[in-house]
Amino acid sequence: MSDVLHAPTLDIEKIRADFPILGQLVHNKKLVFLDSAASAQKPRVVIDAMVNAMETQYANVHRGLHWMSERTSDAYEGARDKVAALLNARDRSEIIFTRNATESLNLVAHSFGRTHIKPGQAVLISQMEHHANIVPWHMLRDAHGITLRIARITDAGEIDMDDVEAKLADGNVALLSITHMSNVLGTYTPAARLAALAHRYGAKILLDGSQAVVHRAVDVQALDADFYVFSGHKLYGPSGIGVLWARREILDSMPPFMGGGDMIDRVSYERSTWAKPPFRFEAGTPAILEAIGLGAAIDYVSAIGFDAIAAHERDLTEHGIAVLSAIEGLHILGAAQDRGGVISFTLDGVHAHDVATLLDKQGIAVRAGHHCAEPLMGRLGVDSTARASFALYTTRGEIDALAAGLRRVKQVFG
Amino acid sequence: MSDNIADLYQSLIMERTKAPHHAGRLSAFDGDAEGDNPMCGDRTHLWIRRAGGKLAAIAHETRGCAITTAASDLMGDAVLGKTEAEIYALADAFESLISTGTAPATPDLADLRALGGVHEYRSRHRCATLPWQALRAALKDQSHG
Repeated sequence: MSDVLHAPTLDIEKIRADFPILGQLVHNKKLVFLDSAASAQKPRVVIDAMVNAMETQYANVHRGLHWMSERTSDAYEGARDKVAALLNARDRSEIIFTRNATESLNLVAHSFGRTHIKPGQAVLISQMEHHANIVPWHMLRDAHGITLRIARITDAGEIDMDDVEAKLADGNVALLSITHMSNVLGTYTPAARLAALAHRYGAKILLDGSQAVVHRAVDVQALDADFYVFSGHKLYGPSGIGVLWARREILDSMPPFMGGGDMIDRVSYERSTWAKPPFRFEAGTPAILEAIGLGAAIDYVSAIGFDAIAAHERDLTEHGIAVLSAIEGLHILGAAQDRGGVISFTLDGVHAHDVATLLDKQGIAVRAGHHCAEPLMGRLGVDSTARASFALYTTRGEIDALAAGLRRVKQVFG
Repeated sequence: MSDNIADLYQSLIMERTKAPHHAGRLSAFDGDAEGDNPMCGDRTHLWIRRAGGKLAAIAHETRGCAITTAASDLMGDAVLGKTEAEIYALADAFESLISTGTAPATPDLADLRALGGVHEYRSRHRCATLPWQALRAALKDQSHG
């Protein structure tokens, strides 16, 4: 691939040394962690940022009229600036901190869904969504009377753009809510084209960037998105912190999701008025330390650079597809042109759980099951798959270890 | 520390997952139930028939991993010809074997002990106990009068 030749490269050994956990042994074997799409490991700078805050600079935010509170508020709000820069948001007030992408989606479904989507109007999702982008819409449908439309994917695991257009065409879709990268197939969706299509038919677009944001630079303005959600823990940050980005004018028009402290303008016994975004959507004491940790994670990946990360992961993915395809009886799901470092597969005669257990005994961590995408499993005609997923600290050698491990699995089930 | 990666997969488990003895359905049955593990999609459907206060026939259709399939099948061996009270005692003993790693000397778990290694794999406990949950439900099933 000519574009890879000139891409910046990673100093992989230096990067691996940044992640303390990668030196651990599992079942007395060197850990080969190929489950980063579920949750990524944390670099030392993230761990240190959180510990350092607790040891030297911690109080509640936005409230205390004292030095510690002001400094902590600065650190928390500094993390918001880092997220805004990561996504190229127009304004820092467009960044809402949530618990995770799931909460971000529920926030949109509850707040935007009940006020901007009329009963009878539709939300359009795709066949390859995570449960987090299915269940909130079921709940909204049952509570509020919207309808749910499902855009097809092709057998290669790509979005069927003709079907997306067909399902938008009557102008009754208020929101296209769709993954930016499939957690099962690794497929990148053509987000900018989808946004243009949605807007042409009067729909807003929400991109679930839980996977995509980890692997490539995301520019919400260039994509012309309306909403973007992701979780911190997949981006080398801590669990318990997630992000909702939305255009400011949309956020201004949305009511709060939850009520409580920090999200109000004024409160009397009779009524409350809401603060402006982002605080309107951040009721109660937020995940202060986790936001600080996420900020450190963003600094970390930004210093490495997404050009280098994307090039490294493209190389890993090509290598992974090559060595896994060479195993007889192994079937890789999906064959999208544009795919990231997630490879789901089945092995003839061996259930995915048995694959995972036997790999685990060799120190190799993969995920097995339906990957919170049960309807997609049905669409693909499988009950469950094993999934290897790559991160910036993954090496070709680890993928070779996976291939060797899978050959041993085949021997056991011979 | 055993270096055998496959110590969980005893030969009896591999035999039964490849060639189960009790796979299929019963055409005449007085109880059936499904066991479902939503975490992984494993599913077993059991059919049972009683005669003279004892379990006279059992069959299962299992779609799942080697552990679930073998557990369903070895359960079939263990419960045939037993009374309900004996079956519940076996179920309790087997579930104890999986969750604690030990089981009382009686009732005799016999071949079910081949699944004892599952105790070491917490994320797989449900694979072994799923058929027994389905069997408890099938025994309570009143819908076939």
